[in-house]
Amino acid sequence: MGMTLAEKIIASAAGVDVVRPGDIHTVELDLLMSNDGTTHLTIDMYNRLAHPHIADTDKLVWVVDHNCPSDSPKTAASQKKMRDFAKTHGITFYEGKGVCHQLMMENHVRPGQLIFGADSHTCAYGALGAFGTGVGCTDYLYAMVTGHSWVLVPESLKFNLYGHLNPGVTARDLILTIIGRIGANGANYKAMEFGGEGLATLSMSDRIAVCNLCVEAGAKTAVMEADRVALDYLAARGRTPKAVFYSDPDAVYAQTYDIDLGSIVPVVAKPHFVDQVVPAAECRGIPIDEAFLGSCNNGRIEDLRAGAALLRGRRVADAVRLLVVPASGEIYRQALAEGILKAFMEAGAIVMNPNCSVCWGSCQGVIGEGETLISTGTRNFKGRAGHPGSFVYLASAETVTASAILGEIATADQLPPVEG
Amino acid sequence: MAETFTARIWVLGDDIDTDIVIPTEYLALKTVNDMRPYAFSPLRPELAAQIRPGDVIVAGSNFGCGSSREQAPEVIKALGVRCVIAGSFARIFFRNAINNGLLLIECPALRPDVADGDEVTVTVGREIVCKGKRYPIASLSDNLLEIVNAGGLVKAMRRRNGLD
Amino acid sequence: MGATFIEKLIRRNTGLPEAKAGDIVTVNVDRVMIHDIFIPFVKDKFEEMGFTRLWDADKVVLIYDHLVPASQLDDPRHHRIGNAFAAQYGLTHVHRSDGICHQLMTEAGYVKPGDVVFGTDSHTTTYGCVGAFSSGIGYTEMAAILGTGTLWVKIPETIRIVIDGVLPDNVVSKDVILRIIGDLTAAGASYCALEFSGSCVEAMSVSSRMTMSNMAVEAGAKCALFTPDEKTAAYCEIPLTEELRALHGDDDAHYIRTLHYQAEELVPVLACPSQVDKIRPVRALAGLEIDQVFLGSCTNGRLEDLMAAAAILKGNQVAPFVKLIVTPASRKVYLQALENGTLDILAAAGAIITHPGCGLCCGRTGGILTDGERVVATNNRNFLGRMGTSKVEIFLASPATAAASAIAGRIAVPE
Repeated sequence: MGMTLAEKIIASAAGVDVVRPGDIHTVELDLLMSNDGTTHLTIDMYNRLAHPHIADTDKLVWVVDHNCPSDSPKTAASQKKMRDFAKTHGITFYEGKGVCHQLMMENHVRPGQLIFGADSHTCAYGALGAFGTGVGCTDYLYAMVTGHSWVLVPESLKFNLYGHLNPGVTARDLILTIIGRIGANGANYKAMEFGGEGLATLSMSDRIAVCNLCVEAGAKTAVMEADRVALDYLAARGRTPKAVFYSDPDAVYAQTYDIDLGSIVPVVAKPHFVDQVVPAAECRGIPIDEAFLGSCNNGRIEDLRAGAALLRGRRVADAVRLLVVPASGEIYRQALAEGILKAFMEAGAIVMNPNCSVCWGSCQGVIGEGETLISTGTRNFKGRAGHPGSFVYLASAETVTASAILGEIATADQLPPVEG
Repeated sequence: MAETFTARIWVLGDDIDTDIVIPTEYLALKTVNDMRPYAFSPLRPELAAQIRPGDVIVAGSNFGCGSSREQAPEVIKALGVRCVIAGSFARIFFRNAINNGLLLIECPALRPDVADGDEVTVTVGREIVCKGKRYPIASLSDNLLEIVNAGGLVKAMRRRNGLD
Repeated sequence: MGATFIEKLIRRNTGLPEAKAGDIVTVNVDRVMIHDIFIPFVKDKFEEMGFTRLWDADKVVLIYDHLVPASQLDDPRHHRIGNAFAAQYGLTHVHRSDGICHQLMTEAGYVKPGDVVFGTDSHTTTYGCVGAFSSGIGYTEMAAILGTGTLWVKIPETIRIVIDGVLPDNVVSKDVILRIIGDLTAAGASYCALEFSGSCVEAMSVSSRMTMSNMAVEAGAKCALFTPDEKTAAYCEIPLTEELRALHGDDDAHYIRTLHYQAEELVPVLACPSQVDKIRPVRALAGLEIDQVFLGSCTNGRLEDLMAAAAILKGNQVAPFVKLIVTPASRKVYLQALENGTLDILAAAGAIITHPGCGLCCGRTGGILTDGERVVATNNRNFLGRMGTSKVEIFLASPATAAASAIAGRIAVPE
């Protein structure tokens, strides 16, 4: 009996030949990512240890991205604690450089690695054939001190993609559709593996968007085989794989789904759950107060290009705030060079520095009581973007931008032609 | 008829700016009453809770310098402060206080002689007496008295618009 | 006897040919500015006063800048109230995310030389850079103006400040105004008008003058005035008439005080925690470790400020573990800096570039600090607790000093 991709990565990290779902293995971690959401708590626990120790400083990557620039003395104090600790211990440290998961993809993740991140969306790293999973600070601290942790081998779900996405339909629509279909706990504890001939049609940006959101179906991780697209991305950034694994033909999956990419349409997830997915057309006309284009899910250059293309010759509706937040400093500069930021600024958007912004929802661009946000962010839970009495719809960059232009939920095909 | 009152005082220094009186962080709270606990918090976080209605603030020069936030005199008034006696007042604060009916008295000589908890007896427009010593004070100019007598600028405008 | 600038301006506005300092007069307001923090209060007072219409909707400008992007849950409420107020009373000059109010008032052409302008913000003194009488007021007085179009003012006495000569390469108008505030002290110009003149001032751009008029309130001034010249006219896109040229203080007017400076003798300075008038030369504090640098605000967030910083930062990196936060003063400044490559230089150096707005200067978000941290900032106030806790040390400086310090990770003299 063969092994799935996720099983092979765990077996490699555990130094064993075979693992099976349900096994518990001690694994060696390759990277440990932590951000300003919780690192200060980890440091507090670390400082209470009898024999504080870091197994391998080189494996730690710390990122200030959740409240950046800081919005209160309290967050400033958490971040200072993190900064001082990183400085003292020589930990790789990013501040104001972008969203942690995007920085990990751009600079650190390699195929075949097993990575813990103190953030639920760590499952994004599967886009490069790595096993990334979110952990709490206690798990994180243990791994930081020992270099090891234990992993319960998850069952895998297989998503066979075939065909190709139609114009105007995005990977974001694809993963929201899948989450809508299997439900918010449809992949609880499981690994979501994406493959099939359709995978080759997805760009790295698409793949990150797909893997990143799998935790919203409850998944422990999401994985994709590192094919030519992934290896080219890696090589362009001067990195090499740790190992490239492929699922065995006789690997066992808890369930297999065949997904026709050509059947996907623009969708939105309605308040207040990510699996409340309906065709975007059904939500047309709902007035919005704010639109957000950004996040580790949809703040890449491809997303910004799509938004900017719709805005050329058009403007953001008068009383609507369109918040554009590139996912990393690299993307910011690329967007600057391509004239994308110019297009957004000329159209009346609010362009912020790379950070989590309103996707984290504790400061930048929070929405008020009774307000509605349409967002490319990761979650639409009640109060996620501000006031408990507010509403968040999740959608693609195209749908978000079209909605910002018309002042109500809209799809790109509804936009009137640009004059001249 | 000159009004006279006796009050306990709180003593502050020179250049008490409006960010000290009420920090920007709290300016979007819905009402001035919500802001009360944060008055003077950068300088003396405990002071707002210690001030009792009828107390008087005594300060040095340039009281109320900084921003135009009208919440500054309003929050002082909301704390029940009877008047502010200072060496001098910053311009915008002065106008805002008058427009809200917060009594301001210029008296540079008083602050060096007093401490928290002392008592002053104020006869408006005439003098302050503290620990047996007399400090003469000026009366307000006519145009300002007009606004104060109307009960503040809002009431003056209501009268103009035939509402009161 | 001659007249001061402010006396001439008030005479022009009121038609009272003899008006002089000390007189209480009623002025006709040419323009008013209300920003997002105070719009709910202005609306309440306006309606409580019994007004049902604006005296002139075209003369009212509403600007969202302190709360953009919103950082606290009640912030969007201010914008909703503002939007409703604008809709109800027919207000068309509304800027929802275009930058800082004081930058926009002159940049977008709302203020012209000789105008009388009031705003619900103390730094409304800024518009004196184009020769307007502008001053900050509270929301109650603003509400009264909205109904009546008038306000009583006491014509201020004038302090004349003459600056001659050429500034050294590393000294800019920020250093000049900080030095002046240090000499005058924080209350030294209370209730007064500051009138600037001299060859150094004449050589300055309107942007540089704006830095100085913006900060005049930090010495307590009611307004600050620069005589309109060719640069002013070009900036305001108006012809320079003889009438505007005549808006200057006469030599034989009554000045309560005159200060003279020789530009060559000035040096880069800092305002030290926590008073704007606590001025020391940068070199006296060079080497002091810092945690953050803030480049922005209505004082120093303009294109020339960003370019001055970029000239120093080009090819360099912000020191490790130090943050450089750049908040351009307006959408136009952002776009200009984007188009001429300044933003890319700043981003390449590691700057965190935010959307235009008040940002850190108003202390609600944009890089708030905590106990024991030290920031070099180009804005106008370093009051206790202004950017976080009361144990944050704020040093005010020029963009060049800020940039040099960001690279060094310590307070540094720009070279």
